[in-house]
Amino acid sequence: MAETKIGRERPLSPHLQVYRLTLTMAMSIAHRITGVALYFGALLLAVWLVAAATSADAYDTFLWLAASPVGWIVSFGLTFSLLHHAIGGIRHLIWDMSLGLDHPMREWLTFGSLISSVVLTVLIWGVGFALFLRG
Amino acid sequence: MVRTPLGRVRGLGSARSGTEHFWKQIITSVASIPLTIFFIGLVLSLVGKSWVEATATLGDPAVAILLSLFVATNIEHMRLGLQVVVEDYVHADLPKAVLLMLNTFFSYGLGFSALFAIAKLSFGS
Repeated sequence: MAETKIGRERPLSPHLQVYRLTLTMAMSIAHRITGVALYFGALLLAVWLVAAATSADAYDTFLWLAASPVGWIVSFGLTFSLLHHAIGGIRHLIWDMSLGLDHPMREWLTFGSLISSVVLTVLIWGVGFALFLRG
Repeated sequence: MVRTPLGRVRGLGSARSGTEHFWKQIITSVASIPLTIFFIGLVLSLVGKSWVEATATLGDPAVAILLSLFVATNIEHMRLGLQVVVEDYVHADLPKAVLLMLNTFFSYGLGFSALFAIAKLSFGS
């Protein structure tokens, strides 16, 4: 495929235009989106660690940014992304072992991973918020 | 599909290294499960802590080792993941090559920085 050139555009099979949006399809797209979000979120992980290794001022600045409105939103989004992507990943590993691929098991796995990622995000954020208020 | 005997022995797919990519992604995914649980616990334990307390925790050998493993595992995982995303959506030669390179630079640059920071917190002053 290294010789592909964008010369004459060739027609592609319709996909998004024709398939009914099923749960498994939506979750597959979400898995990719959360993955990309985490890819860029990893930058914040590195910034946090480098700030800690730099100075108390740098670390405090980072914490100040993290506690800002945008910081809260980003933190919440990354928490959900991490949990959704990780639990979805476990679902994919199960499927990779050729388990749970039949209907209705695949729908249950998909639905279960969605619900558990939402519940865990809320729980972890509950704990985190409580710790933030106390600390 | 034409497969050479050598290609079959090496387990190379049509993407030249597809099987290796897949296996690396599986390994990093599996390793990431317990490491992520650790990471979430670590972050929660550092909420509301001062710099002095945080750096003491991050410099602790057990924490530093697990956190380093978390970083290293997920750097590879994210690099492989975005490689697939680029290959799925970018088909022209030059943009694809540039984006794949940027992916590698970003992933390893970020990973090296994080690991360096952990090392400095462990050994430096």
